[in-house]
Amino acid sequence: MARRQAIKNHGLEKAILRHRVIFAVVVVVLAMSAVLARLFHLQVVSHEHYITLSTNNRVRLEAIAPPRGMIYDRTGVLLADNQPSYILELTPAGVKDMDDTLARLGKVVELSELDLRRFKRALRRSSSFQPVPLLFNLSDEDLARFAVERHNFPGVEIEARLGRSYPLSGTMAHVIGYVSRIDDKELARVDKTNYRASTHIGKIGLERYYEDILHGKVGFQQVEVNAQGRRLRVLERQSPEAGKDLVLGLDASLQAVAEGAMEGRSGSVVAIDPRNGDILAMVSVPEYDPNLFVNGISSKEYSALRDDPEQPLFNRSLTGQYPPGSTIKPLMGLAGLDYQVTWAGKTMYAGPYYMLKNDERKYRDWKKTGHGTVDLDKAITQSCDVYFYDLAFKLGIDRMHEFLDAFGLGKRTGIDSTGEAPGLLPSRDWKRRTRHQPWYPGETLIAGIGQGYMLATPLQLAMSTGAIAMHGKVMKPRLVKGIRDSRTGEVKALPPEQVNQVDLDNDAYWKQVIQPMVHVMTQRNGTGWWRAGRGAEYTIAGKTGTAQVFGIKQDEEYDAESLRRKLRDHALFVGFAPVEDPRIAVAVIVEHAGHGGAEAAPVARKIMDYYLLQRLGINNKSAAKEGT
Amino acid sequence: MRESEQTAYYLARDIIRFLHVDVVLFLLLVVLISVGLVVLYSAGGESLALLSSQGVRLMIALTGMLVIAQIPSAVLRRWSPWLYAVGILLLLAVLVAGEMGKGAQRWLDLGVVRFQPSEMMKLVVPMMVAWYFADKPLPPRLVGIIVSAVLVLLPMFMIAKQPDLGTALLVGSAGIFAIFFAGISWRILIGMVASGVALAPVLWHFMHDYQRQRVLTLLNPESDPLGSGYHIIQSKIAIGSGGLFGKGWLNGTQSQLDFLPERSTDFIFAVFGEEFGLVGAVLLILLYTAIIFRGLHIAVYAQDTFSRILAGSLSLTFFVYLFVNTGMVIGMLPVVGVPLPLVSYGGTSLVTLMAAFGMLMSIHSHRRLLVH
Repeated sequence: MARRQAIKNHGLEKAILRHRVIFAVVVVVLAMSAVLARLFHLQVVSHEHYITLSTNNRVRLEAIAPPRGMIYDRTGVLLADNQPSYILELTPAGVKDMDDTLARLGKVVELSELDLRRFKRALRRSSSFQPVPLLFNLSDEDLARFAVERHNFPGVEIEARLGRSYPLSGTMAHVIGYVSRIDDKELARVDKTNYRASTHIGKIGLERYYEDILHGKVGFQQVEVNAQGRRLRVLERQSPEAGKDLVLGLDASLQAVAEGAMEGRSGSVVAIDPRNGDILAMVSVPEYDPNLFVNGISSKEYSALRDDPEQPLFNRSLTGQYPPGSTIKPLMGLAGLDYQVTWAGKTMYAGPYYMLKNDERKYRDWKKTGHGTVDLDKAITQSCDVYFYDLAFKLGIDRMHEFLDAFGLGKRTGIDSTGEAPGLLPSRDWKRRTRHQPWYPGETLIAGIGQGYMLATPLQLAMSTGAIAMHGKVMKPRLVKGIRDSRTGEVKALPPEQVNQVDLDNDAYWKQVIQPMVHVMTQRNGTGWWRAGRGAEYTIAGKTGTAQVFGIKQDEEYDAESLRRKLRDHALFVGFAPVEDPRIAVAVIVEHAGHGGAEAAPVARKIMDYYLLQRLGINNKSAAKEGT
Repeated sequence: MRESEQTAYYLARDIIRFLHVDVVLFLLLVVLISVGLVVLYSAGGESLALLSSQGVRLMIALTGMLVIAQIPSAVLRRWSPWLYAVGILLLLAVLVAGEMGKGAQRWLDLGVVRFQPSEMMKLVVPMMVAWYFADKPLPPRLVGIIVSAVLVLLPMFMIAKQPDLGTALLVGSAGIFAIFFAGISWRILIGMVASGVALAPVLWHFMHDYQRQRVLTLLNPESDPLGSGYHIIQSKIAIGSGGLFGKGWLNGTQSQLDFLPERSTDFIFAVFGEEFGLVGAVLLILLYTAIIFRGLHIAVYAQDTFSRILAGSLSLTFFVYLFVNTGMVIGMLPVVGVPLPLVSYGGTSLVTLMAAFGMLMSIHSHRRLLVH
């Protein structure tokens, strides 16, 4: 260190620095002189010119909100629209006595407490020359009454704007979501310039996920204003760029059929085109009217929705996590075949229960007498639990986890919407991580019939059923299949996305599981035959399920009858059709309804009938011809 | 009587010494901040809420300055490489987080506070360069210049990639000033500037569309009379109509009637020019210049290489803030998002600027007074 210091020449260094500082001072002085010279030019030499400009300055720059993109279904039915609506605005600088004005306004138009509170909150945040909205969606009567009285209200203006409206109201609520007023947190997230004139932003669902595409680009205009700031004419205009439209793969009529089939119940239906992952229908009931949220829902209406025990705000299709129950059995059968722990035609005796060595517990079948001698076909057709206890025991949880994971269970599907839940595919690792406990063999058996820790969303069930239909082609489910340019009408199709390809050792395994699923719907002892399979004009493959509900939350209070209902099993069904050339895969969950074959399967049948017979015109004959 | 006056004087001197405050710099800053609050009150539409939130930020920034003033420059020097390493890691984290969030990302959310690593690099880069040259014989050799250039360019590119071009340029100029004060030869310096100009097309390639658009409209404001061109036109009208003595406080029609955009942030100098005229503007610029010169004075009297380079670089960076902001408001320079230092509304640059003054005070107040 000392040696190096010795080389340093402190005198020289100081001299260098001194020179450099002198140079810097010269630069600073020159630069600041340039600024001062420019100021002198502006403020003294050209002062007359600028003072004239300033006194005549009536030109203001205003931002124009871009029209938001529309949302259409696959056939062109409008699902989200922009409707002109009238807004009553106050510019604080133009209002002499705010309280008096508001009181007098209340006599002309209808003002609620909520409107006033919201207005006063907005007032505090904005500058006094900026108009603050008081009332959205003025009725024609209010409009007419105010027009007559307008001269008595300086600083109060009517603004025409485009407001979001959802013509199908509740039917699409859980698919599209809604827009609502922008809050401060969202304003911090977005490009402020681009949202300068925007009042609304997508909050959930497609409206949120595709916000960037739907919103468009802000426009500007120079307007001439009078002394009070009232607009006289537009001088120059840079038009906003409208947001792009979304084209869904969803079929609004099919959605209505599915909604009708679920009427009066709680649950979810998801129908997918298994070839490309397009969501054809996605229903979560009960529903709510998204139009309520657009201009701010009253707290009374909101708490009614929030406290409804049937939870209409809860999007069951994406966020609801249910035990898959027996609907997991086809996948378990495939796993058993692929790992060769069972094979087609291999029989076993299935009594009323199954037991493990060194375990007292009896793992019971749903059928008290047992199923007798069963093979894989009969076990799926009649939903024999004991057969799958045995299969699960032979597979072990590690191989089950690996196999089911390939079909997309236990993780988010990546659908283009918000709020998706991952479901739960249990494993040794998961249990150690979250519960700090080892995995017990008994839990493997329970998982084998889709109970215990295992949870899946209706969307995941539809997706994995579609993958069975397509012999291992796992498609990412998607709502939007194209983006439409609202000006040219040109639609840019989005390519479907395959997330995985499950290859089995022997392609025949697919048939060996799909055939029993057909038997579920066609054989007299099949669990789906009586209520759903009978008389179908095309071949359906399906599997019913009944998921146990474990108790209720302690702090919830229910009267005896609703308590009994809440403890009843969920009814489930998964299926696809036509088997020869699958065009639709469906998952149905009816909460607390009891048996899947009786309650959920008929819903799926109605949807398939409508879609295949009415929309596509497919029946036995044409299916046989087309099937390749 | 005389005696008690003298006691008071000594007491004050002791307190100042104890606090390691440079009185000249401190008084200049206090005057500037007070003027700033007065203008902000007018520019913000007489909003007390705006004023008080700026007041809170100022208190935080002032406290930060006093804390840093207590740290001897030798300690700052020892910390420099560590701060630099941490800064680079944080920038990397921001880039990774931005990559995952699929969008522009400048902030690092630490739960309690949100933190902008690029802001901290405005101080850390000149510290690092000063640390690097501290124990080397100066003027630097070519190898030393190349190493220091890499030290500056690495964080600069990471910040430009965020993308935050304004901050990248400020960080870059802070680093280049440090190399300049280390005594780099004029020929190499001119060569570097020339190659920087030659690199502009490469930078252009890295820019996002909105940044390119901004550069284009800055070069030709009339091409975009509705965007930043409008800003310039209105701010020129505001300043020009102010005349010699101004329209008076709270009486600027341009600013009060909402013709002037961003009047409490980047364009606050136009409000000042409109309401206080040329006389006010000259006084304000003299005040700023006095602060810059006091910083350069501290650099000249600093006792070691590290302090000299750091003090010089920080003072000139302050000058760049001032020049770029006033230059853009009067239509001399393109519109870049650089605030008027210590006056514009907003907290991020405030803390860094006051921290820089804390360092200057520390350098000046921790000198060992050996020779009288």
